Amino acid sequence: MAGPAAVSVSTYVPAGLQRAGVGGRFQKPGPRGRRAAGYRRRRLTNALMLALVGAAALLCVGVLVAVLGYTVVQGAGALNLAFLTQTPKPVGEPGGGMANAIAGTLVLVALGCLLGLPVGIGAGVYLGEYGRTSRLATLVRFAADVLTGVPSITIGLFAYALVVLPMRHFSALAGGVALAIIMLPTVTRTTEEILHLVPESLREAGLALGVPRWKIVTWITVPSALTGITTGAMLAVARAAGETAPLLFTAFGNRFWSWDLRQPIAALPLQIFAYAISPYRDWHRQAWAGALVLVGLVLLLSILARVAGARFRPAEP
Amino acid sequence: MSTPPLPYRLTRRTFLPAAGLAAAGPVLLAACGGSTTTPVSPPAGTSPAAPAQATTLTGAGATFPYPLYSKWFDVYQQKTGVKINYQSIGSGGGIQQITQRTVDFGASDAPMTDEQLAAAPGPLLHIPTVIGAVVVTYNVPGLGPGLKLTPEALAGIFLGEVQKWNDPRIAQNNPGMGLPATDIAVVHRSDGSGTTNIFTDYLSAVSAAWKSRVGKGTSVDWPVGLGGKGNEGVAGQVQQTPGAIGYVELAYAVQNKLPVATLKNQAGELVDPTVESTTAAAAGAAASMPDDLRVSIVNAPGPRSYPIAGFTYLLVYREQADAAKGKTLVDFLWWALHDGEAFARDLLYAPLPAEVVRKAEAKIKSITFQGKPLRAG
Amino acid sequence: MQRVWQRRQATGRLADPVFEWTVRVLAAAVPALVLAIGATLAKDAWPALARFGPAFLAATTWDPVHQRFGALPFLYGTLVTSALALVLAGPIGLGAAIFLAELAPGWLRGLTSSLVELLAAIPSVIYGLWGIFVLAPLLRSVIEPLLAAALGPLPLIGALFRGPMYGVGFLAGGLILAIMIVPTIAAVSRDVLRAVPVEQREAMLALGATRWETIWGAVLPVARPGIVGAVILGLGRALGETMAVTMVIGNRPQVVASLFAPGYTMAAVIANEFTEATYDLYLAALVEIGLVLLLVTLVVNVVARLLVWRITGGRHASLGLQGGG
Repeated sequence: MAGPAAVSVSTYVPAGLQRAGVGGRFQKPGPRGRRAAGYRRRRLTNALMLALVGAAALLCVGVLVAVLGYTVVQGAGALNLAFLTQTPKPVGEPGGGMANAIAGTLVLVALGCLLGLPVGIGAGVYLGEYGRTSRLATLVRFAADVLTGVPSITIGLFAYALVVLPMRHFSALAGGVALAIIMLPTVTRTTEEILHLVPESLREAGLALGVPRWKIVTWITVPSALTGITTGAMLAVARAAGETAPLLFTAFGNRFWSWDLRQPIAALPLQIFAYAISPYRDWHRQAWAGALVLVGLVLLLSILARVAGARFRPAEP
Repeated sequence: MSTPPLPYRLTRRTFLPAAGLAAAGPVLLAACGGSTTTPVSPPAGTSPAAPAQATTLTGAGATFPYPLYSKWFDVYQQKTGVKINYQSIGSGGGIQQITQRTVDFGASDAPMTDEQLAAAPGPLLHIPTVIGAVVVTYNVPGLGPGLKLTPEALAGIFLGEVQKWNDPRIAQNNPGMGLPATDIAVVHRSDGSGTTNIFTDYLSAVSAAWKSRVGKGTSVDWPVGLGGKGNEGVAGQVQQTPGAIGYVELAYAVQNKLPVATLKNQAGELVDPTVESTTAAAAGAAASMPDDLRVSIVNAPGPRSYPIAGFTYLLVYREQADAAKGKTLVDFLWWALHDGEAFARDLLYAPLPAEVVRKAEAKIKSITFQGKPLRAG
Repeated sequence: MQRVWQRRQATGRLADPVFEWTVRVLAAAVPALVLAIGATLAKDAWPALARFGPAFLAATTWDPVHQRFGALPFLYGTLVTSALALVLAGPIGLGAAIFLAELAPGWLRGLTSSLVELLAAIPSVIYGLWGIFVLAPLLRSVIEPLLAAALGPLPLIGALFRGPMYGVGFLAGGLILAIMIVPTIAAVSRDVLRAVPVEQREAMLALGATRWETIWGAVLPVARPGIVGAVILGLGRALGETMAVTMVIGNRPQVVASLFAPGYTMAAVIANEFTEATYDLYLAALVEIGLVLLLVTLVVNVVARLLVWRITGGRHASLGLQGGG
């Protein structure tokens, strides 16, 4: 491995160690008192900083436990069968549920998959199989990274201009388009990386048998990478399912059951938002229950994706 | 000679189409199901030209009447099966979305201005539905309902000049109420709001300082305060913040057991917001309403009038673009104006006076499709 | 057999270019989409761009009723909350990354890494919900009074900690953002640290350095560009966060020093006011804010990824860490 590690050890003492008194002092042991004092200070600093670092990690995990734990505790208390099967009641009347919002989220995510997965997997296949070094490939990779960083509310603005205004209607379709755009970069990059991992011997075996290039990709490479591609899709779905901002002016929300893609549709994050900022205590409880369902869905997908990704092994020839 | 075995497991091949179906399933279901128009077979003996009915309508706008509207839509759906999907995004949103024609009707407590009407692609009608009261609600630990606020005190609070609860301008009208020395946290609307329009209309009428520094509108440059989204957001914020004061529609305060202030009206009387005092505020306006029914009733004369009240309107195009939706819409409007008013009192809205109902009926009858009125009788 | 072979070759000759071009078109859709988003926003923002020019970014009044639009309060709010989030999340994320990359035993490393990454997957609206009901009351009743008492009287910095305490405001927004970007910073920094060649550490340890001295003197200097990249990546995420911030920021467009005061961010104003922009100039002003937000976020993200790639050699670290907004 090239780089700074190739420097000779005997002459190079990093500045950090020089400040700490190592290197020079190490070569000539001084009087016992001075060396012991320096060493004890260094050990104290070491212990202190390592403790701080450990505390930082503990703080991260602690915050997770605080947020998740609170959601679970509050949400479990409000989660009941009525919540999962009923639609919202009129304002001020207790009861009702978010069944249509849960269904709406599933429809929106499915729509996002339908629109976003083909493009994402296709782009990933191009990057992984055909254009590893071409200019288009570099551009596509750069664009995918740029797209990951685009704020989701901006994507909502785009979907509003692209779908809602021409259709003259808020719709589930517009929400699906917004979610597809959000899912696209994750699916593209994950597919590319997984295809890189497929051993070259598989492709060579296909070529040796006279299989045409396109068949090698669709019948050999992609199926053997399928677990990894599914992992990428699940991660993308986990992210899209939690999005609220782009749905504010695309899917718009709906109080009733709606299966028509050209009509507004309810979504779980939208409903949680509306209930959270309201004054009705019953709505607050329902918001927590909805949050529990949403976070459960998202975390389940994320955990499944990582477990499947870790166990992925491309088929051996 | 047999073909060599394929170098992948057969089970994986079936995964892809199965996954595809699983994803496409709900979407196909959604695409096939739920058509918005079902033909209604005309009763035997009538002319076969009765238009079809739509089964869903989309509306958006004011949060002010939302408690009542949500009750109406629920009852109407149980009665007729028509689903009216209404999103309470604020009066400004109602005006914008109906102008863009992305919804079938809008709702606003602030009547549209002449510029906004001119910007719409067709003539828009204001159909009044109910009258509501804008109340001043607060959250001061230890302070119960019935805090008395004069117009000067109220304007001072929202201008940021009265900053503590025990300020003399408040205390002198509320002897013995034990006002604490905490800061006042003003809460106003962050979105474009008809409720704001009514409230600032009142403040402009009673305070020259307010009128010159801030003025009235659906969205103003507030001197102080936090912003809440919708009536719900303001009520929620007041509920969460000790020391807060805000303005909301009466139903939001009462349904959440938030205390409501007593205000001094134009006649100098202290009035609580009730259905009666709201009705009294509208009594004078009914006779002198202009032809397009856009009117303001703040600071109404009369000893029993509540000073901050307003009509709320549904905004519909006079020329409907879709026959089925237009028919459903006028049927709903007719129902709301007659049967719907019965639900108003329970939710503390004042039903419309009889003359206003008559004028609104005339407006509904003028809604046409391709020139023909959609509601004959 | 010969004929079968020829037929197979014939279909291959046609299907191959068709397939390759299909895939190429799909791939080209990605940059085309990015361009389309930029172009659509620029087109819709044009009325405001033409009317106000660059002064839009410096004006402080946001008055839709009188058609006066100035984006400075939103820029200020976005910058303040993001800066606060970086100041809090940077050291903590870096500390957690050092722990994960250098110190944790194998079993603990895997578990903690997974937990930290799960934190990134939690949707924004749930952080907002927790912020309204847990964080804001905590700030209002405990933390802000403490800060005001301890730091308020100080000369310069005290201006940050004075004024009425609502719970919601810049401080709440910054704290929520810090919680949301800590996993991004921690996970990417962890990958960067692990990419530092092991010979660096071995050299230091051979010289008798303590574990901390190894980290501070050998690992961190080499990883510094990547860590800066990780922090900037976190900044990129903080800039674009919408829902959690909207729910705790107080929704008041103003430029004030106090962190206790309510504020407004670019993403929050679009979320709150877009559906009700009642005339073209209003809509264009909001879209222009969206455009500014897009450009700032893009620049930040590109810079960050360039820095991270230099260290990790192009391998994509932690893709799933851009969470929901």
